[in-house]
Formats: sequence, C-alpha cells, structure tokens
Amino acid sequence: MKKFATLTAALLASAIMSLPAMASELRIGLNDDADVLDPAQSRTFVGRIVYTAMCDKLVDISQDMKIIPQLATEWNWSEGGTVLTMKIRDGVKFHDGETLDAAAVVATIERNMTLPESRRKSELSSVAKVEASGPLEVKFTLKSPDVTLLAQLSDRAGMIVAPKAAKELGANFGSKPVCAGPFKFVERIQQDRIVLEKFADYWDKDRILVDKITYLPIPDTTVKLANLRSGDLDIAERISASDAESVKSDPNLTYADVIGPGYMAMYVNLANGPRADNPLGKDKRLRQAFSLAIDREAIGQIVFEGTSLAGNQPFPSSSPWFNKDLPVPARDIEKAKQLMKEAGHETLDIELQHANSTTQTQMMQVIQSMVAEAGFNVTLKATEFATLLSEQTAGNYQLSRSDWSGRIDPDGNLHQFVTCKGGINDVKYCNPEVDKLLNEARTSPDETVRKEKYDAAGVILNDDMPIIYLGHQPYAYAISNKVEGFVPSPDGMMRFLGVSKK
Amino acid sequence: MPVYIGKRLLVAIPTLLIISIFVFSLQKLLPGDPILAMAGEERDPATIEFLREKYHLNDPIITQYLSWVGGILVGDFGVSLRTNQPVLELIGQKLPVTIQLAVMAMILAMLIGIPAGILAAVYKNRTLDYVANVVALSGLSIPNFWLGIMLILLVSVNLGWLPASGYESIFVDPVRSLKTMIMPAFVLSTALAAQLMRHTRSAMLGVLSSDYIRTARAKGLSPREVILSHTFRNALLPIITLSALLFGELLGGAVLTEQIFTIPGFGKLTVDAVFTRDYAVVQGIVMCTAIGFIVMNLIADILYVLLNPRLRATL
Amino acid sequence: MTAIEQTAPIAKPRQKSRAWRKMRANRGSMVGMVIIAFFAIIAIAAPILPIADPIATSWSALRKAPSAAHWLGTDDLGRDILSRMIWGARASLMAGVVSVAIAVAIGVPFGLLSGYFGGWVDQVIQRVTEALLAMPFLITAIALAAFLGPSLTNAMIAIGLSAMPVFVRLTRGQVLAVKTEDYVEGARSIGLNHVDIMTRYILPNVFAPIIVQATLTVATAIIAEASLSFLGLGQQAPAPSWGSMLNTAKNFLSQAPWMAMWPGIAIFLVVIGFNLLGDGLRDALDPREA
Repeated sequence: MKKFATLTAALLASAIMSLPAMASELRIGLNDDADVLDPAQSRTFVGRIVYTAMCDKLVDISQDMKIIPQLATEWNWSEGGTVLTMKIRDGVKFHDGETLDAAAVVATIERNMTLPESRRKSELSSVAKVEASGPLEVKFTLKSPDVTLLAQLSDRAGMIVAPKAAKELGANFGSKPVCAGPFKFVERIQQDRIVLEKFADYWDKDRILVDKITYLPIPDTTVKLANLRSGDLDIAERISASDAESVKSDPNLTYADVIGPGYMAMYVNLANGPRADNPLGKDKRLRQAFSLAIDREAIGQIVFEGTSLAGNQPFPSSSPWFNKDLPVPARDIEKAKQLMKEAGHETLDIELQHANSTTQTQMMQVIQSMVAEAGFNVTLKATEFATLLSEQTAGNYQLSRSDWSGRIDPDGNLHQFVTCKGGINDVKYCNPEVDKLLNEARTSPDETVRKEKYDAAGVILNDDMPIIYLGHQPYAYAISNKVEGFVPSPDGMMRFLGVSKK
Repeated sequence: MPVYIGKRLLVAIPTLLIISIFVFSLQKLLPGDPILAMAGEERDPATIEFLREKYHLNDPIITQYLSWVGGILVGDFGVSLRTNQPVLELIGQKLPVTIQLAVMAMILAMLIGIPAGILAAVYKNRTLDYVANVVALSGLSIPNFWLGIMLILLVSVNLGWLPASGYESIFVDPVRSLKTMIMPAFVLSTALAAQLMRHTRSAMLGVLSSDYIRTARAKGLSPREVILSHTFRNALLPIITLSALLFGELLGGAVLTEQIFTIPGFGKLTVDAVFTRDYAVVQGIVMCTAIGFIVMNLIADILYVLLNPRLRATL
Repeated sequence: MTAIEQTAPIAKPRQKSRAWRKMRANRGSMVGMVIIAFFAIIAIAAPILPIADPIATSWSALRKAPSAAHWLGTDDLGRDILSRMIWGARASLMAGVVSVAIAVAIGVPFGLLSGYFGGWVDQVIQRVTEALLAMPFLITAIALAAFLGPSLTNAMIAIGLSAMPVFVRLTRGQVLAVKTEDYVEGARSIGLNHVDIMTRYILPNVFAPIIVQATLTVATAIIAEASLSFLGLGQQAPAPSWGSMLNTAKNFLSQAPWMAMWPGIAIFLVVIGFNLLGDGLRDALDPREA
C-alpha cells in the first residue's frame, strides 16, 4: 500500500512538474477583454492593442510620435491640401494569401465609410472620395483641407482588411478577421483569450521573433501580477501604480512606463439640459476656483505614486503641443476663495459623478476633501460605467469625471469635445471663436501655424474652463526578464516586432 | 412515471414564462443605454441609431419581448451586443467551464462532507461532533470571495504553488486544468461540504435510531458493518437528492469565485454582461440556468421516488 | 368574549421557558449570541466610542501596517481601519437585518395567503415563487441593485427581494401543516373571519420556523451585502461597509494585506454567530427533539 502511494505520488509530481515543450509564445495580460475584432467596428482600447499585432495600417507612429510608413511607403499632399496621394508597399500579402494592392486599400476605406455598423465614419468624414490611381497608388480626395486624416490612418481607420473575407463575412468579420499584420488570427474565446500566430509571409518577417501571442484579459491587478511572477504571463499591461514599487524591486521583472497622450478630466455641465442650471455651470469664476483648489501634484503622489503627470491642458506637458504659457497651476486656496467670493458664494454644493472603479473612487475622494477647504461641498455619486456614459450624454449631471485615451494628433483630443457640433461634446460648450481656431488648425500642414491656433484656443478654454483637466495617466508595464526587446510605445500600444523570448 | 414527469414538465411552463418576463423587464429597466455603453469612446450618432434599429431597441417593449421569446422557441437566443457572437454559442463555450468547476467542487465537497457527517453522527454529542459542526459552520460562514482572495495571496503570491487565474479544459491539458481550477473548486466546495456534512449527519441520525438498526446491532454485526452497509445506504437517499439540488445551484452560484479567479465561466459572463448591459446574454443565461435548475429539481424528485423502494411501489 | 378566544394563547409559558433553557444549555447558540451582541453593541455605540473619524483622510499615513497609533492599520487614503470596521459594522449589520425584515414582511403574508386559501391563489403565488427561486440569487440581487442604482439602501432592497421567495415557501408549508389542526377548525366553526384566523391562530404557530430561517437568512444577507459592495453596488464611498472595504483592499493585497484581513474576519465572525444562533433556535424550538 505504501509503495503504491509513493509511486503514485512520484508520478503525480513528475507530471505536474513537466511542461510540454512549446514554440516560443508571448503571453500578455490585458486589463480587459476586447470587443468585436473588426477594425471598422471596434471601440475598445485593448482592441487596438490586439490589432497592433494583427492588422497593419497605412501609416504607423514612431517612438517620438511622428508618422512613419507601414503599408504606405510615401505620401504627399496636393496644393490646397485637398488631395492625399499614397504609394502602397509592393509584395504585401494578406493572411489568406490575397495580394494587398491599391484596390484592397480602397475597398477597406470604403467599407469603413459605408458599412452601417462602422464606427470609423466620423474619423473619415472629411473624405469625399477614395480611388486607386494606379495598381499601387491610392488617392484620397477631401471635401476640405484636413491634415488630421493622416493621423486617423495610423489607427483603426487605416487598418487594411482582406477584401474577400470582408465581403464574405460582412459585419461578422470579427469572428475570423483576416488582415496583413505580422501575426494572424487563430482563435478567440470571449473573456478567456485571443490567440495569434506568426504570419510566415509578412513583408518584414525577419523581425518576427516569436511564434505565438496569447492575450489574456485579467482585470484583477493582483492576479495579473501573480501570474507574471509565476511565469504564466510574460508581460502585464496597465498595472496599477501601487504595484510599481514591488515590480521595480523584483529581480525577475522589469518595470517600464510611458505617459499616454490622453487625459483625466472633469466635465462641467454648461448647457446640456436642465441640470446645467447651476452656479458652477453658469459662472466660470467658480470653475476656475474649483480648479485652483485641487493639488494636482499631490493627487499624482497619492493615487498614482508619482507615475502620472499633473496636467491642465488636453496635452501632457511632455507633448510638443503643450502651451508653455499656461503652466500647470499649483494649488491656491486663497485665490480660489477669493474667486468664489467674487462670484457671490461662500460655499457651494456640487454633485460629482464618477465610475465606481477603485482608482477613480480614490481620486475623487481626494479631490472631495481638497476642494472642501475652499468651500465646495462635493457629494460623490459612484455609478456603473454604463450608466455614467448615458447620464453624461443626456446631461443628467453637474460634474462628471471622464477620461480620454488620447490621439496622437492634437485635434483628436480637442475638436469633438469643445466645438459647437462636436460629437462627444457632453458639456455643450459653444464658442464660435474656439470653433474657428480649431477648424483652421485642421487645415494647415504647417505645424507652427497649427500650434499658434491651438495655443490661442487653449487660452480661451483655460479661461472658460468647460473641462477641468486633472492630469495624464501613465501606461505602466511589468515585463518578465525572459522577454527581450520590448519597449513601451507612446500611444499605449504594444509592438512586438523585434521582441523575443528566452 | 411518465405521467408524473409529464405533469411536472407541464407545470414548469408557466414558471419559465414568468422567469422570462422577470428577466426581460429587469434588463429593459436597467438604466444606461447598452449601445452607448458599448460605444466606449467613439460615438457616431448615425451608427448608434443604426445599431439601435438593428437590435430592435426602438421597437415597443412588447414586440421586443415577443420576438425574443419567439426566437428562443426556435433556438435563437440572440447575439451578444459586444461581439456579435450568438448567445447560444457563447453559453456553449462557457458552460463546460462552469460544469467542470461545479463537478470538481461537488467531488471535493462529497469527499470532505460525507465522511465528516458519518463521523459526526456516530460520535454524536462528543467532541468530534462539536468540532465537525464548527468546521461546517465555518465553511458556510466564510465569504467565498474573501477566502478566494486570501488563498490567492497565500498560495499564488507568497508561495507560488498554483497559478492565480486562467483556465484550461481538462480535455486539453489535464495537469494545467487541475492546477488552475483546484483553488476555485475548493472555495466553492466549502459551503457545499458544510451542507452535505450536516445533512448526512441528520440523515444518519434519523436512521441510526430506527428499529432495523437496533436489530442489526442486536444480531451482533460489527459497528463498521452496521454503519456502512446498513445505515449509510439508507441515509444515502436524502444525500443524493440534496446533491442534485446543490449541483443545480452551483451552476448559477459561482459568480464571485469566477470573478476573482478569472475563470471564464457562466458566473463571470453574467456579471460582465450586466455591467455592460449586454442584455441578450443576461437573458439567455438566466433562462438556461432556470431551465437547468428546474431539470435538476425534477431529477432529484425522480431519484427520490426511484431510490426509495416504498415509494417506487406506488408508481 | 367566547371561551375559545380567551383560552388560545400563543405559546404556553412552560413551552417558552423550556425553549429558553435548551438554548442556554446549547453552548453553540450561546457563543453565537455573545458574538452578535458584541458586534451589535459596538455598532450601536459607534458614535460615542473614542475612535478616529472613519472618513478622515491623511496623506501621510497611507497604508500603514497595524501599530500603536492605528490598531488595525490604515487604508489607501490613510483612514483608520479600526474606526472604519466599527462604523462598517453598523452598515453590514443593518443591511443583514433590514434585508431580512423586507423579505419576511413580503414573504410571510404571501405564504399565508397561498397556504390558507389554496386553489388559484396558491397556484399563482407558487409559480411566481418558483420562478424567483429558479433565478440564481446573486444574479437577481446584482441585476436589481444595478437597476436601482448603487447604494446601501438599494442593496438592502435588492437582497430582501431576492431572499423573499424562501419565506413564501416556508410559510406556505407551515400553514399547510397547521391548517388541518383542530383549533383552526374550531375557529372557523365559530365564524371568525379569514384575517382573524390567519393572524391570531395560524401565524403564531408557524412563527418558530420562520424565526429560525430569518436568523439564518441574516447570515446570508450579510454575505450578500458584502458581495454586492465588493462588486461596487452597495455602500458607496466614503462611508464604510465591510464589503466595500474588501473591494478596495483587493487592489492592495500584496502591499497592505491587513486591509483585506480584518473585514473578512469580521464578516466571518458575525455570520458564524448568526448561524450558531439559528441552529440553537432550531434545536430549541423544535418540538420533536426532546
């Protein structure tokens, strides 16, 4: 009996300890699950992360946020800025063997513009017509000059999909996506995993150094790190700030972060429905007072352990678009109280709604106690994310906490939020002066001219303060030392060309 | 027998109808627009309106309800708003996971609970009985999610013995499957083992005091024989029926445990679907769970009648 | 005043004291009562106890381990955990008791009606109850809480409504057992109306199992509130409740494990207390176990 038990134990032990031999596989821990895997329909941040490996786009961005070639090798704007001509790379194949040529590009762009479920329509709204002006040349004709188009083509709107597969599957393309990126789709189980494998015919195939990538959505941060430490994961994205220290001091892990192009802010209901009829929405001095009562640096320390960046504009201070004439203000309670008095209030009751995630809850409580010193009595209303969005759109709020993951073109962080007809203008701010500046900034290819306009708009917005910017989130990664060559990208995407695993 | 089953199934129909109305209205009454919730950051009004039309969200409620019920009758449970995947397919992917978890939990619970219950009954009112009772109560009283968190902290983070999350089907990679599922199965089994133990104990006690046991003991059978072959076999009946019921409950009850251990099963799917207002998924799951629960109840009742020779005679 | 109305007491004095004596002899239920009393007392006395302000934040004392200054340590915003535990006891205990009160207040009358009248009334109520029971408890609670909006009050309502079917079924079963008793027949023969019969004759005699079930359901309700708060649907910040404290604590498990330990232990103790008490009540009030 005893010998039998020992034998069984030994067998079990060896079975548990022996792992099947694997081709090199990168296992990535994502913060949440992607939605539909179709670049035309997708709306999530983690969806973009998966596409970075699976779907090549017309242009990409470099480490210093400049636009560089990917599927398009060169491009130029016509005089007047209404025609964009792009030359397409030769010899590129889709995952199913089809050739990627100008016709395929045109088919994808048209799909993005006309598929009823497409979410890319507003991104391509300036395009009047797209056509193949040669076997490897595509011509975009715009309704009016819009330099931001290039930036849109560096994201989902520019991801080229295989025309045959797209036609066959239509809106169900996401069940078996076929693109032209370094890795091709294998399988996807909702909330469990997304598996990609190396595409042997990729145009830059020598830089693919791993055979398989598996993305695993694991929202719980402790579990993510535990998996990383035990070797079940190789990279964990967006780890929480409080884990940064323990990752840095772990000899088997590396910590890397980068400040994203997005921002954290609070929207003030200026004119969206009856609830806008409150002092904060009506008097900009109160908004300025609220902003001055917040100690942004302290929030960065308390909530983000110093990994975030304090901010007062839609662009981080590290961005070339930041207006240096409007530095991030330090906390000034005296000035805040003075402004409040001028506006005729000793104290003010305000309701602040936010998503009921731990970080946001923590951050809002800190702000609540900070602004209390100036006389603002903030009532916090934690809502589920789904309800938060619809309340915000419907105008059922006074102050609402909202984040934006950011776009590389400054227009992407501003236009749709503060222009009179902006698609995500939940504050219903409308200033023709700002509209004019932002629309003009879209048309000029000269960066100096654009910066002037954004600066001018920034001054007005800083005074009116429809949106109170708080700071900028970091994208923080914990990387196993077995992984070589991984560098965080400024847009929060994970690029795996040149990345290998020991 | 068939008449009995037939009657029970007939009675189940109005129940299922009421459930369908409940879950449908609850989903519709939830605040928050599901399309907006899915929209995430980008919001194109034309597309949103199109999607609302596509999923019939603008139709009057009655129409939506009737078309949903009609769909179910032909096996179409709708699609997930998040990924366009048919709900039935989604359930088919997740159900085996939760079933595996439930089976493992049930086995563990039986391995722990039933022997404990037998011992407690035999040593009634002695120290072993009290200890077993306290341990059982502890199993019932510990919040599942807390036990899960503590186990992760101890076993995965500090000791590194087992992975903290993940799932592998037992048919694909049995070793890894056991490694990832053993902790959540254990957490789930605590409450079950407690209930099984108490139930076994009282069932055994009920039998132990009966005449035929006294006769067996008077005949001179050894205590072991008396307990195992006579008492236990007769106490088995209520234990089996309880197990069938508990298994049915398990299918819907692993919600928090799956959340913590990131097991891609039924419970996690439902919670995520409620939060993203993926209403077709919630409705589909609740209907499936309800049907499963009713079926398990029916099986338990049938087993009860079949296994009891006295009742079987009346069939 | 007829003789019957005079001589139909609810529980004979001898029965009552016998039950009490059995309770006292049962060590388990005594322990349970002591635990519950302890938590109830500190929960009620919270405003007058010499403890820190549970929502007072302190940027310099973030996530400090238990020490002389903070007996149970501090949380992620520098708040004293001991104080939050004590105030959290108020929320959690109240959630448990109020939810069950709601469940009993709705469930028992329906059970009475269902068992007493039988026929169509019974069928309809039974179908509805079965439907509610077939839906997984936590999922119903989550959906209800999401529908009502995240708050402690709504969580209590959600849990109460989800727990209600058990009481309907239990009461109904008890009423069916008692309905055929002589004294009920007697009451009907002297012409008492239905409401009188239900409230004065039937209800007092079915009370015992309901009390037992209620006590045990308080335990379940406390865990349910903790679960809802854990998911973000219960008590909202900055007010403390044990479940929401666990929700925050899970993000700081490695750095500040004490944040997760105390609320879990407290929930465990209170729940086991109610379970012990419920068990003891069941043994004491059960006429069969002599």
